[in-house]
Amino acid sequence: MQEQVRAKAKALLESGVCDRILAWKTGEFFYDVTPAVFTSVEEIDRDLVYNAFCGANLSKYLIAESRKGGKVGAFLKPCDTYSFQQLLKEHRIRRENTYIVGVACEGMADIETIRAAGIKGVTGGDFTGETLTFETLYGAKTMARAEALAERCKFCKSKKLVIFDELLGEQGEEQDVGRFDEVKRLEAMSDEERFAFWQQELSKCIRCNACRNVCPACSCEKCVFDNPNSGVENKAAASSFEEQLFHIIRAFHVAGRCTDCGECSRVCPQHIPLHLLNRKFIKDINEIYGPYQAGADADTRPPLLTYETGDPEPRRGDAG
Amino acid sequence: MQVNGQFQPTIVAFCCNWCSYAGADLSGTNRLQYPANVKIIRIPCSCRLNPMFILRAFQRGADGVILCGCHPGDCHYTSGNYFARRRMTLLFNMLEFLGIERERTRVEWVSAAEGAKFAATMNDFVATITRLGENKRLEDLRCKSK
Amino acid sequence: MQRIGVFVCWCGSNIAATVDVEAVSQALSHEAGVVFSTNYQYMCSQAGQEMIQAAIHEHRLTGVVICSCSPRMHENTFRKTCERAGINPYMVEIANIREQCSWIHKDKAVGTEKAIILGRAAIAKVLLNAPLTAGTSPVTKRALVIGGGIAGIQTALDIADAGFEVDIVEKEPTIGGKMTQIDKTFPTLDCAACILTPKMVDAAQNEKIKIYAYSQVEAVKGFVGNFTVTIRRKARYVDEEKCTGCGLCTEKCPQKKVPNAFNLGLDTRRAIYIPFAQAVPKIATIDADYCTMLKTGKCGVCSKVCTAGAIDYHQQDTLIEEHYGAIVVATGYNPIQLDQFDEFAYSHSPDVVTSLELERLMNAAGPTGGTLLRPSDKTHPHTLVFVQCVGSRCDGGEKGKPYCSKICCMYTAKHAMLIREKYPDTEVYVFYIDVRTPGKNFDEFYRRAVEEYGVHYIKGMVGKVTPQNGKLYVQAADLLGGQQLKIEADMVVLAAAIEPDKSARPLATMLTASMDTNDFFTEAHPKLRPVESPTAGIFLSGACQGPKDIPETVAQAGAAASKVIGLLVKDHLVCNPCVAESNELMCNGCSACEKVCPYGAITYIDKEFRGPNRTTLLRRIAQVNPAVCQGCGACTVACPSGAMDLKGFSNGQIMAEVDAICR
Repeated sequence: MQEQVRAKAKALLESGVCDRILAWKTGEFFYDVTPAVFTSVEEIDRDLVYNAFCGANLSKYLIAESRKGGKVGAFLKPCDTYSFQQLLKEHRIRRENTYIVGVACEGMADIETIRAAGIKGVTGGDFTGETLTFETLYGAKTMARAEALAERCKFCKSKKLVIFDELLGEQGEEQDVGRFDEVKRLEAMSDEERFAFWQQELSKCIRCNACRNVCPACSCEKCVFDNPNSGVENKAAASSFEEQLFHIIRAFHVAGRCTDCGECSRVCPQHIPLHLLNRKFIKDINEIYGPYQAGADADTRPPLLTYETGDPEPRRGDAG
Repeated sequence: MQVNGQFQPTIVAFCCNWCSYAGADLSGTNRLQYPANVKIIRIPCSCRLNPMFILRAFQRGADGVILCGCHPGDCHYTSGNYFARRRMTLLFNMLEFLGIERERTRVEWVSAAEGAKFAATMNDFVATITRLGENKRLEDLRCKSK
Repeated sequence: MQRIGVFVCWCGSNIAATVDVEAVSQALSHEAGVVFSTNYQYMCSQAGQEMIQAAIHEHRLTGVVICSCSPRMHENTFRKTCERAGINPYMVEIANIREQCSWIHKDKAVGTEKAIILGRAAIAKVLLNAPLTAGTSPVTKRALVIGGGIAGIQTALDIADAGFEVDIVEKEPTIGGKMTQIDKTFPTLDCAACILTPKMVDAAQNEKIKIYAYSQVEAVKGFVGNFTVTIRRKARYVDEEKCTGCGLCTEKCPQKKVPNAFNLGLDTRRAIYIPFAQAVPKIATIDADYCTMLKTGKCGVCSKVCTAGAIDYHQQDTLIEEHYGAIVVATGYNPIQLDQFDEFAYSHSPDVVTSLELERLMNAAGPTGGTLLRPSDKTHPHTLVFVQCVGSRCDGGEKGKPYCSKICCMYTAKHAMLIREKYPDTEVYVFYIDVRTPGKNFDEFYRRAVEEYGVHYIKGMVGKVTPQNGKLYVQAADLLGGQQLKIEADMVVLAAAIEPDKSARPLATMLTASMDTNDFFTEAHPKLRPVESPTAGIFLSGACQGPKDIPETVAQAGAAASKVIGLLVKDHLVCNPCVAESNELMCNGCSACEKVCPYGAITYIDKEFRGPNRTTLLRRIAQVNPAVCQGCGACTVACPSGAMDLKGFSNGQIMAEVDAICR
């Protein structure tokens, strides 16, 4: 697949369809693949990768890229196409300045999972295909991609590319693999247990803002947390409450818009399962207002921007 | 807040201008009593209530927050309370998901004619929050007065 | 820094009895920003207001907090007081320490403490108040009435009477609407044409009224006071200026087999036609679906016989644009299609007719010249069965409407009475669920049908109508008699439910006016503002708002006209200054606000902004029209970036109140 992506990227540049390409390149470490813009065939040959570590969702970068002159070609995984379509729906991306190549995805690997499986001291390897091959200080090792998958990919919502100009590989299907199971497990706990769980998780937050900065839905021109007039501005985790406040407000702001791409949890350096907050909203929306998948199409009204006269009332507490 | 060793909850009630604020006025006109713990903030419509206001109230030490608006179908702006209902449904579920007692938040539709309902609602809500005790999970200790 | 004055009212003993007003004014005098604090027996009195004004001057106050009764009571009073003293009326906040404090708390210590907190919240808010100026927008002094039935005509006449110009847009070639098809009117039995056609002529001759017949509204832009409407004038293929309405063409046209829509297809007309003799405007129209010349290019008879040279086979639809200050919707109703009611054999026998068809069959200008004859064999019917509620009050089913069509009980009593009077040899049966006759002289009218005219009213529904050997066999239940009936009838008349005209739904979208699930327009308030749509500047007249008879329609038409006149007499509209405002620097252009706005007050533009390195960036941003925004604030919460805020109830102000209360 990497060769196909490289060939397509070069073809798009050479034919003049696009004057730059948004894809992935290897960063500081082999597993640290980062989004990158390529403007020459040489750069593509040298740096462009498409392997099991290309988890980064490229859609958000198209907000800025599509506003620059010329046309940007972008490779989007199924997940990324949902975010892309959602951003289109919100008029954030200039579609006419983009050329989307949908790429099939076999699921992305998680380095922590690989380390936990005893593969350490990795120096390089081949991370395309079903079996990942690692060169390590202790000799070559292999691991099936399926075993190395990130949590979000184990519970993949869809392998379907919902919007593209061109397709590389096979079109996939929507998946149904119990992605709400963890939310249900938490819901079944008592208030005290849930509070303890989240207190434990959220107290790890260092307010690095990585979750916000990577989130395609968190692409406001000016974030309320950076706005001194919003009344909730704060830049540091000054107390436990502010951590909660930050994450509740963030989750609410993206409710009905979050496509569940899972980037927030991927980038969290403290490994807080932030995607569970978003999934809680998605699960509630599905159950109360009918199934809704942000980004799945361009027309359906987001659930918080519409209503039915017969909507249920907010549930009352037992003591109330 | 503790007064003479007794817990006195702080309750913020957001009331829409057209129905519930008028309902609250009516319960006053009819001298229907409810505890002074309830402090009303007037907003034009229940749909003006930003979740941030509720979180802010809890952060600053409120023990319960209640939203009152026109009955569904009677909104002065035709659709405001329908949007408010969805927002509050999801927000309250989220607060509960984080382990915040669901009883601390409530939505009640009170018309301009329902002075008695307003007073009864507030009596009940204050009693519920008093039973529940102080809000410790969402408050920010730095904002606490002495 | 603001200089706030606090004025605590005793309201006689209403407040002072359970709140220590002196303690309140003392406590509040220590709040940040407060430079003056006092209390007085009656703040709203002349002396109280003068005291406030004197304090404003003496202490150079920039903001005022009044601790008194509910703002619903005296907010305006105090705003005006302060405005007269030279400070912006929106720099005033009221702390409600009567209805929401002194009257509900018996314990003085408790009441006093709460009053202080409420005062603090008001001070915290007023510190963030900004002077607001109500904007104004000019009013185009011309109204548009959509629909030229009795509702539209009456509204237009009343508006024109007040001296304003008004245009009527009617989709049919003539104004007059449903009432032109009706024979007699209940409960007085006067002839519909005799009372309607003079009004049609009045409308045509009134120099303030312009009639766009055979036209439709194509697009609506703008807002209250400033609507721009595109009207499609459909091609008649006849020059309106030249046609004299002599009717020669309609006699000579060789295409005779066109179903006559005016007579509901009960007879035929020519391809070029004038709907009826009293049509306004009386101008011929070519029916393009049937005209041989337009279809094949071979004929041209009408053109040859027309001495005025009015025929123009090459005429095209034209679009015109007009400006209006107010729009009245009067799109009316239609009987529902009956193809789902097979049990009544409507599609199987010509002798099963709707009530509106019966009107034509009894009308002197109708297909039978006013003699009641069976459509099938043109013989005199002896037994007639009327079926009520055909498609009305159908709950939950796939077919029909859930509501009562309201007019059917009365027109059926009218039909039964007229038939029995003219043809005493007939037997007339009426099957009903309930007979509903609320209205002046309505029940008396119905009782006359039963008692004087011997109409058989039977409570029960007709189960089946079977056409056989030229007869209609009616099977029905007599609920009160507890028996099944079989009636051999000559004609069956169905009181079909009425529904809003099909053009109403797309029109509502254009007008951003709301509709209920049955496509009736909704009122701004069902009781207190029954002729206004929730969208400012849009008014409702007649059956487009709900089923109505003629007297009610005329009454509503007049009411709508008076509301329009009330709007048009103003040179400028003063807007509510507490409206939403979008900060363009923070706006994402995501359209969330627009989707929750009930008034269509938000639009988007692409605007150039300075980007980094001397570049320019084109960004989509929201703009609020302050003349349309009503200030509900739905958009402020939908906006993820907080770019949208509400003046007078801003995020900052509300959070300041929260902080003051929770302190």
